[in-house]
Amino acid sequence: MSSAQAVGPQALPDLQTQVEQIIAEARRQGASACEVAVSMEQGLSTTVRQGEVETVEFNRDQGFGITLYVGQRKGSASTSASGDEAIRETVAAALAIAKHASEDDCAGLADAALMARDMPDMDLFHPWAISPEQAVERALACEAAAFATDTRISNADGTSLSTHQGCRVYGNSHGFIGGYASTRHSLSCVMIAEGEGQMQRDYWYDVSRQGELLADPARIGRLAAERSVARLGARPVPTCEVPVLFAPELATGLFGHFLAAISGGNLYRHSSFLEGALGQRLFPEWLSLDERPHIPRAMGSATFDGDGLATYAKPFVDGGELVSYILGTYSGRKLGLPSTANSGGVHNLFVSHGDEDQQALLRRMGRGLLVTELMGQGLNLVTGDYSRGAAGFWVENGEIQFPVQEVTIAGNLRDMFRQIVAVGSDLELRGNIRTGSVLIERMTVAGS
Amino acid sequence: MNDILGRVGGHLLSPGNLTIEQLPAILGELVGPGIDAADLYFQSQVSESWVLEDGIVKEGSFNLDQGVGVRAQSGEKTGFAYSNAIHAEALGQAARAARSIARAGQQGKVQAFASPVVTALYAQDNPLEVLERAEKVELLKRIDRATRALDPRIKQVTVSLAGVWDQVLVAASDGSLGADIRPLVRFNVGVIVEHNGRRERGGHGGGGRTDYRYFLERDGNGEERAMGYAREALRQALVNLEAMPAPAGTLPVVMGAGWSGVLLHEAVGHGLEGDFNRKGSSAYSGRIGQQVASSLCTIVDDGTLAGRRGSLSLDDEGTPTQCTTLIENGVLKGYMQDKLNARLMGVAPTGNGRRESYSHLPMPRMTNTYMLAGESDPEEIIRSVKKGIYCANLGGGQVDITSGKFVFSTSEAYLIEDGRITAPVKGATLIGNGPEAMSKVSMVGNDLALDSGVGTCGKDGQSVPVGVGQPTLKIDAITVGGTGA
Repeated sequence: MSSAQAVGPQALPDLQTQVEQIIAEARRQGASACEVAVSMEQGLSTTVRQGEVETVEFNRDQGFGITLYVGQRKGSASTSASGDEAIRETVAAALAIAKHASEDDCAGLADAALMARDMPDMDLFHPWAISPEQAVERALACEAAAFATDTRISNADGTSLSTHQGCRVYGNSHGFIGGYASTRHSLSCVMIAEGEGQMQRDYWYDVSRQGELLADPARIGRLAAERSVARLGARPVPTCEVPVLFAPELATGLFGHFLAAISGGNLYRHSSFLEGALGQRLFPEWLSLDERPHIPRAMGSATFDGDGLATYAKPFVDGGELVSYILGTYSGRKLGLPSTANSGGVHNLFVSHGDEDQQALLRRMGRGLLVTELMGQGLNLVTGDYSRGAAGFWVENGEIQFPVQEVTIAGNLRDMFRQIVAVGSDLELRGNIRTGSVLIERMTVAGS
Repeated sequence: MNDILGRVGGHLLSPGNLTIEQLPAILGELVGPGIDAADLYFQSQVSESWVLEDGIVKEGSFNLDQGVGVRAQSGEKTGFAYSNAIHAEALGQAARAARSIARAGQQGKVQAFASPVVTALYAQDNPLEVLERAEKVELLKRIDRATRALDPRIKQVTVSLAGVWDQVLVAASDGSLGADIRPLVRFNVGVIVEHNGRRERGGHGGGGRTDYRYFLERDGNGEERAMGYAREALRQALVNLEAMPAPAGTLPVVMGAGWSGVLLHEAVGHGLEGDFNRKGSSAYSGRIGQQVASSLCTIVDDGTLAGRRGSLSLDDEGTPTQCTTLIENGVLKGYMQDKLNARLMGVAPTGNGRRESYSHLPMPRMTNTYMLAGESDPEEIIRSVKKGIYCANLGGGQVDITSGKFVFSTSEAYLIEDGRITAPVKGATLIGNGPEAMSKVSMVGNDLALDSGVGTCGKDGQSVPVGVGQPTLKIDAITVGGTGA
């Protein structure tokens, strides 16, 4: 809330100047190389519950971080303070650490020749001129639609609208400097249903770079309500081995686990069950996973990675085969491979899919479990062993029979990936990973 | 306390030409028409971490974060804004934003400041400064070398050291004025072992509201504490190398003492936080006075334990922490409250108003949550199980407080066969319903232990350090999510 300028593209030149100042200070203090990121963000979040405003929050953050090198030694520091003194002290803190860190052959900036040059505009900045009153109004409309959906909706756990805009500039001592402004707007609704001696909660949400493109508040409210009501009467099923269909919003997590398992950091630490799997057929032949980093307005888009390298479109899995690890400069050096411009992660992952929607996949499954919620962190990335709490619906003859809760699903990710029978056309579009429902041939369901 | 107030006030306010004497006037502007209550939360936090892997200290980082959060309340409504800058102009802007939620109504009042008497639960010195940087680096290297020397099957060792020094000052329109200086340190060791083509990991660590010298002290086995963590990480990794698939189905489960208290944190603790109960969204809502667990269970939340990771002298609203009995002999006694939910429910705050930082709103959160010791000999508890699971160590957990469903994952578990602990089983998720599972607690051990001090609890996107603990206990039936028979 300092009297700084508005957050947006117009702030980028000023942030660039700050990056240059910090790099100059690092050089002055004796760093041989360094990289700096400066960011600022502002936003508004409002939450309503049972027809009343519950919170109105205003966010305004700023800060910078520096990683510097003294030869092959590295130190990092960051702060939310600003001004010349904060710059001097933060650089000094990073330098003091670097002087005590060990020599690391792999440490250092990426090769100067690889720095991104073209920076296409990805159209990520769409500020939403919405007042707190209008935000509250939309959230109230969303919640009202949820209450109107079904008389068994007995309570609400909060409907929130939030809008954020931010800008970030990264630069390093090779002379690379790049930045962008972006926005993120979301509307979420959590409702509680009561009936059949149970109380059940579920939610729905939408998120977009453009506020006007968020799903209609009434639709989000209705879906939240329908999902909560559909859970009433949930019960465990007997322990069994059956096919499992992951709803698309959960299937993203399966591929998220895969991305973690082929990430350089886990590979060089010997912490992944997919160490050494490059070139292996891990998925069915029809499945591919593609990164497309330059899609206008997409949530995961970026022109350069965390090391300043130009991002580019590429497959990680092609014809079911692992064709590339996910590497940044450091992890690449540790593994003796070139960076894939993925320092900081993957930018927009597309999972290939067929033309069957969720109904068609339920029919294909016949008898099994449709999973619509997962709980806990039951994944061992070293072995691929997977065991998580689950809720969803029991399916017989391709039709939903009754809601299920208090069960676990377990398997090993290597088997689960190989046993993907189909990916649906019912795409989850809200995040960084785009996939439809995923049908897995067989998992252990533990229950009553 | 006045000493701390002066010290923290000077540190946080002086650079922006503010004084504690000016705060009532700022609060007075905030508590205009329609605002019932308001508070200011000033914070300055320095933190650092050092990481060793591949035998070298390859990373260190330092962070300084500071700012002030301004909150205004009107009935059930809360307005909130914050600033990285701490001076009068920034405070004024944040205050105008926060009070924009006001409805027309009666004029609120600012009470005269009164600082509660607080027992110091931890030292005030900067815990990061008790060791020189070179000593921190040498400690990590020494533990790495000693760990690698323990077993040839070790493939990778990761050692990390982290410390936080937090200074907070809270001033509220109800007259609360308090300051706290909070140290927090942590040491972790992770080990990857490989044998006969199988690979497994083990991890252990500890810490608390103390300084780095804690890790150099002798533990209960007469070993340097940091090295004790390493030995334990290796032991767990080696056990898991031999593990077979866990069974799938509903079985009796014996939970080990200490860190397994994650069970209580998930199955009971979250469901007893005041906000959920005020809103009626918890499986425990409206059940005060009812039997919600077996009569063997007495569960408390205690923020007053000296030096513990979850402890606080004062919570983040300036309320002194306390030991709150949540469940006594199975009967639900009370909820954990912050000021807002206490006021709306007509009860007293319990010192559980916590926030991740000045840029987050406070809410009811746990401190150190544990079950009191029972009377059974732990070995007798194991002997009582014909076929079941013994959970010696857990990973994380999660709960849906509305349906009461909770999960936790084992990181070290064994089969129990005919009253004896036999083969180790792979990590599995266990799932149950809070009140139901607690009603099936049929034996409670006499061996209460608290965890080693590494717990972090997440709620609504905010992370805070917490503690857990419990004696060995038996749950007669719970669903075990393995893949075996």
